[in-house]
Amino acid sequence: MDLVSNRHTSDFKLQTSARGLSPAHAVLPNGATLLTKHTTTTPAVAINVAMGAGSAADPPGNAGMTWLLSRVIDRGTALRTAADIADELDSRGITLTISVTRHLFSLVCTCLADDFEPVLALVGDILTAPSLPEEELATRKGEVLTAIRQDEDSPAVRASEALMALLYPSGHPYGRRTKGSTAVVESLVRDQLLQLHASRFAPTELTAVIVGDVERSRAADAAARVFGGWTRPAPPPLVVPASAPPAAKQRVVIPMMSKAQADIACGFVAVARKDPDYYACWLMNHVFGQYSIGGRLGDSIRERQGMAYYASSSLDANVAPGPLTIRAGVNPANVDRALASIDEEMARLVRDGITQKELDDSRRFLIGSIPRALETNAAIANFLQTEEFFGLGLDYDERLPDLLGAVTLDQANAAARRIIRPELSTVVIAGPYQG
Amino acid sequence: MRRTTLANGLTVLIREEHTAPLASVWCWYKVGSKDERPGLTGVSHWCEHMNFKGTTNIPRDQVKGIIEQYGGSWNGYTWIDETTYLETATRDALDRMLFIESERMANCLYHPDDCESERTVIISELQGGENDPDNLLDQELTATAFKAHPYRHPTIGWLSDLETMTRDDLYGYYRRHYVPNNATLVIVGDVDADQALRRVDRYFGAIQPGAAIDRIRTREPEQTGERRLTIRKEGTTAYLKVGYHAPASTSADFFPLLVLDAVLTGAKGLNLWSSFRVPPPQRSARLYRALVERGRASSVSGSLMPTEDPFLYTVSATAKTGTPLAAVEEALLAELDVLRRDGITAAELKRAQAQLRARLVFESDSVTNIAHQLGYFETIGTLDAFIQAPARIAAVTLDDVASAARRIFPASNRTVGWFDPLPSGESLKSEV
Repeated sequence: MDLVSNRHTSDFKLQTSARGLSPAHAVLPNGATLLTKHTTTTPAVAINVAMGAGSAADPPGNAGMTWLLSRVIDRGTALRTAADIADELDSRGITLTISVTRHLFSLVCTCLADDFEPVLALVGDILTAPSLPEEELATRKGEVLTAIRQDEDSPAVRASEALMALLYPSGHPYGRRTKGSTAVVESLVRDQLLQLHASRFAPTELTAVIVGDVERSRAADAAARVFGGWTRPAPPPLVVPASAPPAAKQRVVIPMMSKAQADIACGFVAVARKDPDYYACWLMNHVFGQYSIGGRLGDSIRERQGMAYYASSSLDANVAPGPLTIRAGVNPANVDRALASIDEEMARLVRDGITQKELDDSRRFLIGSIPRALETNAAIANFLQTEEFFGLGLDYDERLPDLLGAVTLDQANAAARRIIRPELSTVVIAGPYQG
Repeated sequence: MRRTTLANGLTVLIREEHTAPLASVWCWYKVGSKDERPGLTGVSHWCEHMNFKGTTNIPRDQVKGIIEQYGGSWNGYTWIDETTYLETATRDALDRMLFIESERMANCLYHPDDCESERTVIISELQGGENDPDNLLDQELTATAFKAHPYRHPTIGWLSDLETMTRDDLYGYYRRHYVPNNATLVIVGDVDADQALRRVDRYFGAIQPGAAIDRIRTREPEQTGERRLTIRKEGTTAYLKVGYHAPASTSADFFPLLVLDAVLTGAKGLNLWSSFRVPPPQRSARLYRALVERGRASSVSGSLMPTEDPFLYTVSATAKTGTPLAAVEEALLAELDVLRRDGITAAELKRAQAQLRARLVFESDSVTNIAHQLGYFETIGTLDAFIQAPARIAAVTLDDVASAARRIFPASNRTVGWFDPLPSGESLKSEV
């Protein structure tokens, strides 16, 4: 019974076209951007409001300032005490998640549709008029300091942070720890955070995405009420320099002898999101370290050799060229074998390239997964936020199959040769391993 | 939802959801780490891994890609009461998903080389978990709280069992438990229920039922005094866990305790596949205020899982740097004593019920999550309780919560665990 051969020939492009998100897009007179999408899957609404003020905007010498601001921004406003905010959120069963990436400062939550207007008003108040009370700042500082200490005890975090510092040296924004150091966090004072907010948070930097069971006009009216009256001059553009790729092979060992497993992080400076090679890099990386369980890397290190529970690679293309990172968690006795296997897979990728079948398999998967990736309100909101940030266009979900479909085998293999430079790899090993 | 039992004993649950062109298929087995005997701890989870390694009709080298070609995702997990497998993909992959699950039930290979290769993968998974002090403490606390019931050993198993288990152990366990009369198949998505049921019958109908499974019958005796443990190991951060023996999901106390947990640490909902990815709303919760807002801890959480047998209600706290664990424990236990003595207020009950109502909506936002919930509760024998959850939560009274608190929180019912870090002796070695 030949049921496992590929007899599937549906046209995913047609499906995604039929489902095209077609969000409503508007720019308010003060420069704030609004994206809305009406869905009726559940009687709930996802709110995703992002400010173009991520950790890359941390002042020199003060890495961690934006992160600390994110911990305290929702603990009081001109209109509300921390207790008021707690009551408004908790009485509606809402968790407000505040996250900081290199370029975005985001407030994200899901609420019942009936609660939409007051919750959006609360989110707007928090984002535009935080009061940062001194006593709240002291409490949140203690939490951040504990979190930094926890990170220092994690081989996975240590390996990852050390890799980024090596790939992006000399204080480059992508090489800094988002949470900062204990010394910097201890030194930060309220006025510095207020100044950071005043200088980087402005309507021109704001994108509010609303997806869920609210009509577009209702969502737009509410957003205009919440954000339309906010005025503040646009901050100067943030320039993130490209990082010069390391000029020599680097290898760093962080011995953590009380741990049971070693974490390996190996990487390269790769591409920016707007690089013409981005889609070729995406597909190449998917074959190399993503497809099924970790692509070729997972096949070799986990499936064939049984050395690791996880082995994979990821591509984090950003405003400036972001990293391609290979990760594996292995028994300390297997570190050298795992590193040799990573080297072998990198050499094979550069020497022989990927095959047409591998490219087609990854492409079919990525295109076919679009309906699944856009099933929930929260996932759609996140997709639209990314679409807006990188200027991908309102029909990006519909064009994505063609963008992936246009990548040729030669382009994917050229991308591999461009990015994967085994002779210039940067490797960090953290865990019970002395090197 | 349509419920059917095939002639071979397979329970089938089908629910049409036409919100997206997707279907999610889950196959649940009533086997988890509580079914494991000494020497074979971890066998359920290891079998789960082996059941992705090829079957009679799915050659090993064709496993990879079998659902990916439909853009689909797949996964599986094992816990104390259950083992489950899922695929979510476009609706036209329904046949493929049913084929995979029927093969998994009847025809897995357990090639000796694959068993050996997977041994080290699983030991690596165990060691990765041990890198996390909070995970290590959780494992030790559970092993201390239970002295007889098999909930005491970790689902991943003890290292020595993972080192010595044989291929025959694994295969024999697979053959005994992977039978239609020990399974539930769930389909949720953009399907026609009648048509889907015919497809299920085509793929599963001919699989023979197995003999009745001889279950471990041990019950945990009542705990008669507080138990304590301390892990001293290199680390940077101190952790506290307090575990109380808690009612099974069939108990009348379960929903009052769910409300009580919401009052203490914020409502989590009932979906362990998705709920715990978003932290609970907890800024007004009693333990958050007592520990985090007062600067004693950087985080606090509560965990009440729906389980077939009585398991644990666990409260966990991360001590803020510089705060002794004893101070965190004292403040935590003082709050629980107040709750045990005075119960909760009407305002707290109302807020907890509103939170739980919202969480039930939020956690049913995809075909994958809906299918998980149906299969999970069917497997632990309480699907009715899940379907009635909104009404059961709304019906909880102040007295219900107070009496549940009185039963759960006596000192003699608790186990207290500390992770007390030793200074690190690490150093940085660099070669360029």
